[in-house]
Amino acid sequence: MVSVSDVPGAQGLSKDQLRELYCKMFLARSVGERERMLNRMGKGPFAVTGEGHEAAQVGTAYAMTPGKDWALTYYRDLGVALTLGMTPQDLLLAHLARAESIESGGRNMPSHFSSVDLHIVSGSAPVATQAPHAVGIALASKLRGLDEVAVVYFGDGGASVGDVHESMNLAGVHRLAVVFVCENNQYAISVPASKQAAITDLSIRAQGYGFPGVTVDGNDVLAVYSVAREAVERARNGDGPTFIEAKTYRFVPHTSDDDDRRYRSREEVEEWEKKGPLVRFRAWLQENDVASKSEIDEIEVKAMAEIDAATEYAEAAPTPDPASAMRHVFVEEE
Amino acid sequence: MVEAVRDALSDEMKRDERVFVLGEDVGGGGVFRATEGLRDEFGEARCMDTPLAEAAIVGASIGASINGLLPVAEIQFADFIHPAFDQIVSEAARLHYRSNGAWSCPITVRTPYGAGVHGGPYHSQSIEAFYAHVPGLKVICVASPYDAKGLLKSAIRDPNPVMFLEHKKAYRLFREEVPDEDYTIPIGVAETKREGGDITLVTYGLMTRYSLEAADAVEVDGGISVEVIDLRTVSPWDKECVLESVRKTGKALIVYEDNLSGGFGAEVAATIAQDAFEFLDGPVTRIASPDVPIAAYSGVLEEYILPNPKKIADGIRKLAAF
Repeated sequence: MVSVSDVPGAQGLSKDQLRELYCKMFLARSVGERERMLNRMGKGPFAVTGEGHEAAQVGTAYAMTPGKDWALTYYRDLGVALTLGMTPQDLLLAHLARAESIESGGRNMPSHFSSVDLHIVSGSAPVATQAPHAVGIALASKLRGLDEVAVVYFGDGGASVGDVHESMNLAGVHRLAVVFVCENNQYAISVPASKQAAITDLSIRAQGYGFPGVTVDGNDVLAVYSVAREAVERARNGDGPTFIEAKTYRFVPHTSDDDDRRYRSREEVEEWEKKGPLVRFRAWLQENDVASKSEIDEIEVKAMAEIDAATEYAEAAPTPDPASAMRHVFVEEE
Repeated sequence: MVEAVRDALSDEMKRDERVFVLGEDVGGGGVFRATEGLRDEFGEARCMDTPLAEAAIVGASIGASINGLLPVAEIQFADFIHPAFDQIVSEAARLHYRSNGAWSCPITVRTPYGAGVHGGPYHSQSIEAFYAHVPGLKVICVASPYDAKGLLKSAIRDPNPVMFLEHKKAYRLFREEVPDEDYTIPIGVAETKREGGDITLVTYGLMTRYSLEAADAVEVDGGISVEVIDLRTVSPWDKECVLESVRKTGKALIVYEDNLSGGFGAEVAATIAQDAFEFLDGPVTRIASPDVPIAAYSGVLEEYILPNPKKIADGIRKLAAF
């Protein structure tokens, strides 16, 4: 495992960039919390968020070029969407199923991120079906002579899906510019990692498909960024795919309809919260004089103000015209 | 017909450099030779052999279409498309809708379907009903060279995902004049192959040919005048053409090769019953394969299961006498 002790320093990131990393992580955490709160208030029909995954998400997405590289996300990837340029307002409009939501205008469940301009491809709910799309996007990049990289995200459950294996195989055969990112939070809803796979590090599977795999401490944003940057560079240089397994932990139930007390102890959750990505990076920023406590507080206050304003805006935004349900089954003639 | 498919692919690849084909064995020409010569003409990158993995073939096509290309995926047999069902139904068909029109998925999925070649239960299936049920997909069934060329070009140029089902028995069953020049046939428009006044026979795929033979036979021996409509596209399908004919003849027979229950002909029958009820002089009738797997390896089993000109002619006579 690569951890921060193996990668001394800040990965060449400036102080502003390091603070930005923290800001994105904090936003991801707080937008997730806001969505779950709005759900409990009866305002948003459903919430699926990724508290605990922030380092894995922000660290990988920060290695991409937004609007050029492609993100194929899954439903926990608030941190990916926010790092690449979607806003808290975009996410909250989607959560509240508002007409102007760029994700889907209220059609898709929330956290099915989408932005044409940012190359965040609309996703579905069947698990890991986005993996071959990343391969096809990278195939098109190659045929068109472009140096765009496709980064596809899925969980430890998703890693069991055939589509992922078919995709890794195809990407390996053609040495395509794909980075496979597995956010291994050790539970597929209630099924623990030990029932999901007979191996401990899922990254060793990459070897079977002819490209490197690396397991990284998914709660260490700088370690994640380091391996992701290398993987993206490899892909961009034509050296083929990489599989990154970021080991992490989800602090919240699977969705707003799940009760995780059924399958894991509070002690276990609390233990992981102590080594959570925000706690750790906050301490690192202070220990390395990147940001003082008051500077971090200021980042958080500003972020919360943005989320409050976004919530207010989204709550006031109109719901879709019911008859619009009939539109866009097919591409409409101009 | 297989030459017509190949011509359409080659023409479209010449016409638009975004078009490329991918699938199992396509580089070497494919098991039915539909992609013969394309690798030599356009290179390996645009006539790409894939691993044996149907979900990845369709899924990668979806991705390539998202990034600006126009993929034509070949699934070697329709019977083997089922692993890609999720990619077609959950992804290709729904991407445009679920994103409120932001993304689109202009892919074509070609696959040989249908029975009559001793293919057993896994080289004989008709799959159109599965996909015709799904909003967001277009589904074409061809069984003639002229239609194959014109409709495949339309499919490739269409901005939506299109399932292009080629009846495998028709690949080499008969010859037909196909113009060299570029032409297209619009998706969703039926063709009245034969005019008649007594019965409207609605069909598609290979059953069009069998129905025409049956219609000729009953005209000669019984003086029954049958109007034969080839739907050509089952989704979206040409309701107006069918209803107009039924309003004229008052009787409707629907012939399809798939299993009877839940087959596409059931949708045609329901529409006629609902929208042309006051014009009907007899029961809306269907002839199809019975509800057994099309286990047509043995010739005698095949003969027993599948509709053929004689069974269709019998059905026409029975309905005409009603």
